[in-house]
Amino acid sequence: MVLPRPVRPARTDRPDGQAPPAVALRGVVKRFGALTAVAGLDLEVPAGSCFGLLGPNGAGKSTTMRLLTAQAIADAGTIEVLGFAVPREGKRARAAMGVVPQQDDLDEELTVRENLEIFARLYRLPRPERAAAIDRVLEIAHLADRPATRVDDLSGGMRRRLLIARALVHRPALLLMDEPTVGLDPQVRAELWGLIAGLRAAGTTVLMSTHYIEEAERLADACALVSHGRVIALGGPAELVAEHAGERVVEHYGPPDRLAAVERTARAAGLPTRRTGPSVSVLKAETIGPALAAELGPDGVARAANLEDVFVLLTGERVD
Amino acid sequence: MSTAGTARDRPAPLRRFEPAAFAGVWRHEIALFKRYYRPQTFASMAEPTFFLLAFGYGFGSLVAMAGGMRYLDFVATGVVGTAALFTSVFPAMFSGYSRRVYQHTYDAFLAAPVDVHELVAGEALWIAGKAALYSCTPVVVGLFFGLRPSPWVLLVPLVTFLSAAGFGLFGTWAAAAVPSINSFDYVITGVVTPAFLVAGTFFPASGLPGWARYLAQANPLYHCVELVRHAAFGAWRPPDAWHAAALALFAAWMWTIAVRRLRRRLID
Repeated sequence: MVLPRPVRPARTDRPDGQAPPAVALRGVVKRFGALTAVAGLDLEVPAGSCFGLLGPNGAGKSTTMRLLTAQAIADAGTIEVLGFAVPREGKRARAAMGVVPQQDDLDEELTVRENLEIFARLYRLPRPERAAAIDRVLEIAHLADRPATRVDDLSGGMRRRLLIARALVHRPALLLMDEPTVGLDPQVRAELWGLIAGLRAAGTTVLMSTHYIEEAERLADACALVSHGRVIALGGPAELVAEHAGERVVEHYGPPDRLAAVERTARAAGLPTRRTGPSVSVLKAETIGPALAAELGPDGVARAANLEDVFVLLTGERVD
Repeated sequence: MSTAGTARDRPAPLRRFEPAAFAGVWRHEIALFKRYYRPQTFASMAEPTFFLLAFGYGFGSLVAMAGGMRYLDFVATGVVGTAALFTSVFPAMFSGYSRRVYQHTYDAFLAAPVDVHELVAGEALWIAGKAALYSCTPVVVGLFFGLRPSPWVLLVPLVTFLSAAGFGLFGTWAAAAVPSINSFDYVITGVVTPAFLVAGTFFPASGLPGWARYLAQANPLYHCVELVRHAAFGAWRPPDAWHAAALALFAAWMWTIAVRRLRRRLID
């Protein structure tokens, strides 16, 4: 039996039985004068997943985030967030999601708690629930012992955690995080990763943009690789690595002539390569036969393929 | 944690002005106010005192009467108007610029369910309310200098509220319009200072040459000061309706351009 297709996607359940996506962008275009920041972006973020928007600086990640909150208005295409059409129902969408911006926009003169109290009101928390909600997010963000500290006096990691707490005060169904760990120490990043993984485990949909490959590899159920305002690859981190970089990678070191020769040989054999600083990495190395191995030379160092290989392979070795 | 479904179950209301947006904007203002009310209160009491000492006694020894009243009364009521101007236009300009450019407060608010017009309205009402109260301090100080107001003086905060709403919104517009904070010099020296001087604050506008009297008519502070004087002494005159209408028109005009300009700045 063939079910008739709905005229527009149903908001509760789709005919295929899957929950509707938390975020859906179709053919979205955003231009700034002559610059096209987002160039026909198609993207679906499944509800309940942690989704990584991956791409080099200037790929259009931050613009995409601003389009979702109606802080930028698309020139073409449609955007739906939690079933709300943006920008038309943007305010409703914003009431149901939380946003962690890339740029710290806390009020430095105010205390941790005051910053949260403002947003508890903006997010329409009824008065009797406010204090408990603020205590709850202070706990989540490990700031329970700091409510009276002025933001000025917090460390960079604490400020970032406070930004996350602020975005969670109304238990949003969707959390947008724009480069959540940029500029932080490794310890602080690891701590934030734990926090994000905990949110996802509790059922919150997380859409985060990042240019830290490791972050996406560790946290994301699925990633979209974005370059020049378009999705150029989509899938789980492991799938993307398997598809584009294979299982193993062999790195060859040497003077520039030697590197160029390795590149030529590998590419002639149909294998992708990428520069890795002073070396050339030959991807999909598990497919190298004995003859090609001999031709490439014995100086190769094998390692596992990773998402960074995919990233550089697909977005190019130079960033403009 | 809730799931995506709950957003549907409890759709947020969509009104043009949401109480929650005002509650959030004002909570922010109150938290900041707790930190600066002491210096601001000191300034708002000390400044009219100095004005009254300098102009009332210093200048007043040359000029006994102005605009049909004791010069000291003339100055005390004039300073109410300048206080309404300064306590609204400067906070709106400087905090507006700094919240937009340095602190990114506006970006944070707009990522929450707040629209630009609510942000502007919330801040303008706060600024006008604060200016309405602080601009009454010259009257209070004036009591110690022999000012004897009529009961109508209780309407003065209404006059200064309406005036300060317009001045504050002008400041919001200026903060959104300037390309850099240095451009405030044009606004302050080119607009605020002449408005402050040609408004019948320290000398009656009636004594000005014809062209300057027309200029005064276009100056909202002139209308504010006229109304304040008439309220302070219960000496209402027919043009007072025009003065009130001029202030309301000015505020409405400033509201329109402030919202439009800030929206263009904040929404790409």
